[in-house]
Amino acid sequence: MKVLVALKRVADPDNANKVKISPQGDAVDSTGLEWKTNPFDEYALEAALRLTENGKTPKKREGEVVVVTLAPKEGETMLRAALATGADRAIRVEANDADLDGRLVAHALKALVAAEKPDLVLLGKQAVDGDSNQVGQRLAELLDWPMATFAATIKEEAGALLVGREVDGGVATLRVTLPAVVTVDLRIVAPTSVFSKLSQAEAGFKHNEGVRFAPLPAIMAAKKKPLEVKALADLVGSQQSTTKYLKFERPPQRTGGAKVKDVAELVEKLANVSKVI
Amino acid sequence: MSDALVVAELSEDGSVKKATLSAITFAKRALPALGGSFSILILGPNTKTAAAELAGYGAAKVLTCEDASFAKYTAENFAPTVAEVGKAFGLVVATATTFGKDLLPRVAARLDAAYAGDCSAVAADGGKLVYKRPMFAGNVFGYCTLGTPVQVATARQSEFEAAAVSGGASPVESVAKAAPSGAASRVEFVSLEAVKSERPELTEASIIVSGGRALKEKFFEVLEPLASALGAALGASRAAVDAGYAPGDFQVGQTGKIVAPKLYFAIGISGAIQHIAGMKGSKVIVAINKDPEAPIFQLADYGLVADLFTAVPALIAELKKRS
Repeated sequence: MKVLVALKRVADPDNANKVKISPQGDAVDSTGLEWKTNPFDEYALEAALRLTENGKTPKKREGEVVVVTLAPKEGETMLRAALATGADRAIRVEANDADLDGRLVAHALKALVAAEKPDLVLLGKQAVDGDSNQVGQRLAELLDWPMATFAATIKEEAGALLVGREVDGGVATLRVTLPAVVTVDLRIVAPTSVFSKLSQAEAGFKHNEGVRFAPLPAIMAAKKKPLEVKALADLVGSQQSTTKYLKFERPPQRTGGAKVKDVAELVEKLANVSKVI
Repeated sequence: MSDALVVAELSEDGSVKKATLSAITFAKRALPALGGSFSILILGPNTKTAAAELAGYGAAKVLTCEDASFAKYTAENFAPTVAEVGKAFGLVVATATTFGKDLLPRVAARLDAAYAGDCSAVAADGGKLVYKRPMFAGNVFGYCTLGTPVQVATARQSEFEAAAVSGGASPVESVAKAAPSGAASRVEFVSLEAVKSERPELTEASIIVSGGRALKEKFFEVLEPLASALGAALGASRAAVDAGYAPGDFQVGQTGKIVAPKLYFAIGISGAIQHIAGMKGSKVIVAINKDPEAPIFQLADYGLVADLFTAVPALIAELKKRS
């Protein structure tokens, strides 16, 4: 199986509360924060690696994983890290976040899919900076491919994937015929979430919890893996972003911090001061 | 001048999901900028009950499209009809449930329309719609405009109260199902494993009791009696879910459910940024944690520094004294 995985670099999500807003309020400034791979995209990459390898002997691969990002030159750090964890090739589309929106990114990915012809496109369900949650769905529509969003489990079948989706009130299971688009949720990196045809053949096989880390030799070897750079205009022509951000602001701060000494005082306050019970 | 189209979400039994009423509120708030009216679109195998119910909210029209294939939702099968009807409107909106978040971006792509997801407000500014969206795990609000002839949006349910019945009866019209897409024939709905619960839904509950990793295997043993005493829904932090102490659909947070009940109990929850993003809109927050330095206390209206395994039973006893 050939899998295309879309990655986005984001300001360190563990310090998202330290993101600054410009004095004019017209821009978000993440200076001082480390760039990280969007966590959901890391999970998508992990799912792609699990789908293209034999369970017990990950070196026995069946298929190819191509990682792609739309980012300036510095975004290549993220791509090299993805190559070190096991992706085979990388593509960077020269672009700046400020010039993109979900619609334009989906159009660019569509053009890449036309050139790469993957069986599957895997993406995170959303990037944790814009929190927009639209690129996977849009890409599937542009390609007229089936999709499964918010995937918690993926099981490979002949020419199809059985995908368990996390939906309100439960788990919805879809069978999508390949080629397809799948966007992943948190639980996709649990030990028994993803099974390729190869790994299913091994009874009782479990993956390690979470995403894998690259061993040092792989980090060195990743420097020699192919990384291609493309121009955005070659993929989307003269199309531009159609989303315009006018201003940004901080949410109002809560004035919390009060303590109660015991449960009796707590219940008394809830009943008589806040009047919520 | 243009109109707004609300995409209704139905339950398995054909009744209207309450989430739909938040999208109606969104549409009404968008009307001053659009200058027109709003209509409601219902897709289902049988739309009579839903149409009768939704005819009382002041819509210009209630549009129905009946087809047996709509019994089991897939975005691939719904999107062509929603887009076909939606292209005559200036705004297509649904509530940002997993239904809305799955379907509407696909509809937007079909219309090559820009999309504003999970909006917490919408306002008119110089005849243009300005969408307010939470970003960076709720640490920033962005205000954006969309530059396509049709605009598509989803509304964060906790920020748009359910529309009230306004009386009258909107005319009900049936519309044709659009030609199916190729993708629709390559996706198969297999099953929906609903989590059965006696409790209110997390996103609709007025009281929520959430637990963290500190509860360990005693998550249900400790929290269920409290939730029962309060008539509350149960929630969990991501850490508790990841550790397997609570099911996935309990998760409250940026990457789980966004909730805004009148009373939220955070029990054994330290208060990671991603959890806070999902519950900080709550009216009153109570935190119970044995670590006095836990970040959740900075946010809580009432913090109790105590061992939860003794404090929660004591709290239940105290509540029972009052009832």
